Amino acid sequence: MKLITHNMLTSKCMKGVTVGYPLKIQAVDVKTSEVEFNPEFISRLIPKVDWNVLCGAAESIGHLDDLPKELVENYESDVEFLKKAHRVLLEIDIVNGELICPETGRKFPINNGIPNMLLNEDEV
Amino acid sequence: MSRPEHLAPPEIFYNEEEAKKYTQNSRIIDIQVQMSERAIELLVLPEDTPCFLLDIGCGSGLSGSVLEDQGHYWTGLDISSAMLDVARDREVEGDLILSDMGQGCPFRAGTFDGAISISALQWLCNADKTSHKPVQRLYKFFSSLYACLSRSARAVFQFYPENADQMELVTTQAMKAGFYGGMVVDYPNSAKAKKIFLVLMTGGNVPLPTALGADESSQGVPYTAKREQARKARGKSLKGSRSWILEKKERRRKQGKESRANTKYTGRKRSGRF
Repeated sequence: MKLITHNMLTSKCMKGVTVGYPLKIQAVDVKTSEVEFNPEFISRLIPKVDWNVLCGAAESIGHLDDLPKELVENYESDVEFLKKAHRVLLEIDIVNGELICPETGRKFPINNGIPNMLLNEDEV
Repeated sequence: MSRPEHLAPPEIFYNEEEAKKYTQNSRIIDIQVQMSERAIELLVLPEDTPCFLLDIGCGSGLSGSVLEDQGHYWTGLDISSAMLDVARDREVEGDLILSDMGQGCPFRAGTFDGAISISALQWLCNADKTSHKPVQRLYKFFSSLYACLSRSARAVFQFYPENADQMELVTTQAMKAGFYGGMVVDYPNSAKAKKIFLVLMTGGNVPLPTALGADESSQGVPYTAKREQARKARGKSLKGSRSWILEKKERRRKQGKESRANTKYTGRKRSGRF
């Protein structure tokens, strides 16, 4: 699971959960892979991303590196910044671990890079 | 036509063996790719802009590959872990999530620029467990999908409704969730090429895109004067008409029977005076 997905994923589908965001990450196995850099897509994506959550998530799995904690102004034209954002959003892949709902503490396992968001009958 | 949704729930039906078909059977792949291309066309995305899309029921990621080819990024949902493993092995670029569409789309509001779904929606019309209520599950799905789409985004579903009731059930729940739109049926007069797309729109009521192969305005065979003439030439002339009488007289003459000469009075009606 990439951090872009983590940034969008919530547990609000569960009964009794109102926000369910951000999910905590407990990563066991993290790998990085190269993905083609598309500056246009990244600059289109950044307004949708919750930047603080992204920094927090990257920090919690130890891949923050040199990502600025604050969103810089005019990021559309700052290629260096877009490259850093691209690396954190698309290239880090959590292969095994768990996602934890911030409200109920329910754990969603991540196996082979695929988070299991299936809910039991009594949780819907 | 066999309906896999009658056989078993999707997470059981799409096992390793079934999942293998989606990477090896070139016919299945061709059809899936064609339908994905048409679905993307119906999404009407801005040109030359990479978009972030949701693929519902992404399976082995065949439709996702089409999205990649067109320069988009995607995230896929599916309930079958066997299919997702195949997608993972194919090294698709999109991120995959194991999730049940009937439990809702687990995303933040306004995340996606559009959503596509190929041959998945019909599974939602079935109750595979006692706790499943199709109407509620459809509503939960559509309302959560509506929330996670950005404004003026579209969602296109290719699916195989079993009957008109199912089509109505799905559309009603989608409209209740706030979507505009309706069905686009491609090639409605062909049993094989017929494909049904549910096109849902979030930003106001815009006319639906036109379906393919449905341009003939009349359903019947067009009238042609030519054919009428041909039929006349082929058959006998109308009984009692002058030409029929002339033909009959000619025939009797050939048979050597007595027949009055043809005159201008032949076959005429008597005047009323007589």
